[in-house]
Amino acid sequence: MADTGVVTVYGNGAIYETAKKSPFSVKVGLAQMLRGGVIMDVVNAEQARIAEEAGACAVMALERVPADIRAQGGVARMSDPQLIKEIKQAVTIPVMAKARIGHFVEAQILEAIGVDYVDESEVLTLADEENHINKHNFRIPFVCGCRNLGEALRRIREGSAMIRTKGEAGTGNIIEAVRHVRSVMGDIRVLRNMDDDEVFSFAKKISAPYDLVMQTKQLGRLPVVHFAAGGVATPADAALMMQLGCDGVFVGSGVFKSGDPARRARAIVQAVTHYSDPDVLAEVSCGLGEAMVGINLNDEKVERYANRSE
Amino acid sequence: MSIVGVLALQGSFNEHIAVLRRIGVKGVEIRKPEQLQNVSSLIIPGGESTTMAKLAEYHNLFPALREFVKMGKPVWGTCAGLIFLADKAIGQKEGGQELVGGLDCTVHRNFFGSQIQSFEAEIEAPELSSTEGGPETFRGVFIRAPAILEVGSEVQVLANYPVSSKPTKGSDSNSAEGGQEGNTSSQTRVIVAVRQGNLLATAFHPELTADTRWHSYFLKMMGEGSSSSSIDSVGTDSHIIHPPPRIDFPIYQ
Repeated sequence: MADTGVVTVYGNGAIYETAKKSPFSVKVGLAQMLRGGVIMDVVNAEQARIAEEAGACAVMALERVPADIRAQGGVARMSDPQLIKEIKQAVTIPVMAKARIGHFVEAQILEAIGVDYVDESEVLTLADEENHINKHNFRIPFVCGCRNLGEALRRIREGSAMIRTKGEAGTGNIIEAVRHVRSVMGDIRVLRNMDDDEVFSFAKKISAPYDLVMQTKQLGRLPVVHFAAGGVATPADAALMMQLGCDGVFVGSGVFKSGDPARRARAIVQAVTHYSDPDVLAEVSCGLGEAMVGINLNDEKVERYANRSE
Repeated sequence: MSIVGVLALQGSFNEHIAVLRRIGVKGVEIRKPEQLQNVSSLIIPGGESTTMAKLAEYHNLFPALREFVKMGKPVWGTCAGLIFLADKAIGQKEGGQELVGGLDCTVHRNFFGSQIQSFEAEIEAPELSSTEGGPETFRGVFIRAPAILEVGSEVQVLANYPVSSKPTKGSDSNSAEGGQEGNTSSQTRVIVAVRQGNLLATAFHPELTADTRWHSYFLKMMGEGSSSSSIDSVGTDSHIIHPPPRIDFPIYQ
């Protein structure tokens, strides 16, 4: 990141431009190529190959899937770069990796080993309770989680080129992802019907930068690619996220914590492509074996990863 | 009015349909083999070619796509679509991937390397500006892009791009097998846009820019070629649920 450094935040409309070599449009471009696809969590090269073979459009390289992080506890950190390199060599599809929120050095390391996307993720233990990574300083694109429109736009202002809902990772329970997608989409619908004069106050209310709020109002959607994540376990869950208006789906523990990962992975991929065709959805949902064991979120003892950051 | 099919398995098909709409042409999503019968031309969009090949395989689309190409109907592949149309591709995943073929060339998948090596460049395309007018160059967006290493005699090169040294570091696995071939010819320019008869292929993504010339160029190919047969309304299964229409993705300048 030696050649970056200068961040023109409110410069002549090009609010995102920083590093010359990697303009925001190129960062968003890869995410656009992932639209209509499924990104799967994998913990080794073998799983990565299963995911690729099933038709995943990218893989997330991890040491432990969120369900295991939940079960085992302790501090969850960036994966061993060696593991990420092995996974990168095993597949031709893009490889993403997670860095802790606010841990910009982990992100620098991931940039150095050439991963395709960094997920600044609340699933890992926080490194900074106050600040996220200044993603303008990187040539590599970032994806960040959100629970509502304000959070999404704050992350985009920080330089995130892709947004995913937080959901509740590692639970196999879709309820939080639905809540978050509905919250983002609902707020956008409210915003679209708003008088221009009211947008200032709305921006203040959701604690988001005014210019991005206005841009979202004009576009009628988030200005970056918007995936769903956190609790997707079945093809029906994935199609639900697509019908609610997401551009694609992350599946974390849902695939490799199930009875027949290869088959389930393939079914979820097909469900995302044919999300509006119940005949295909019915066909691919048949005989998938056991789904991952879910966690009931009414239990107070379950930690909410989604609430770790604002 | 002609209807253009856009293969909608995965990737930037929404963006292609949005560009077509901007120039007043209807684009329809193609997901099943039978839907190909309703269109007179096809765009294979960018995306992850491995993923798209897998999905095409699940739904047995390859025979129908090959048939479509063989019938001489205009087909345009961008990025992943270019890989689909090529007769030969190197740097693929273990076990390779199925291709449609038809375009006499060798493509290096993911030639330019990982996302961090993705870039934008102004590229000259004399053929494009002479047919469509406008500036001499266009804005080429290369996202983990492939490049064409060799072309057959019948293939017309529309644009190329200078490569400073050897093919970029890329991902290690790819350069291991693909790099050698790239190095032996020690080329300084790689081909990024070609045409062979009614097949058009580009390594970059015109659908991500505001420049609609490549799309109108492709539409003109339809005019020259097959007399477009009468097109019935594209068969829609009554079962299909219609979620609210997708809102177009913004174009970053």
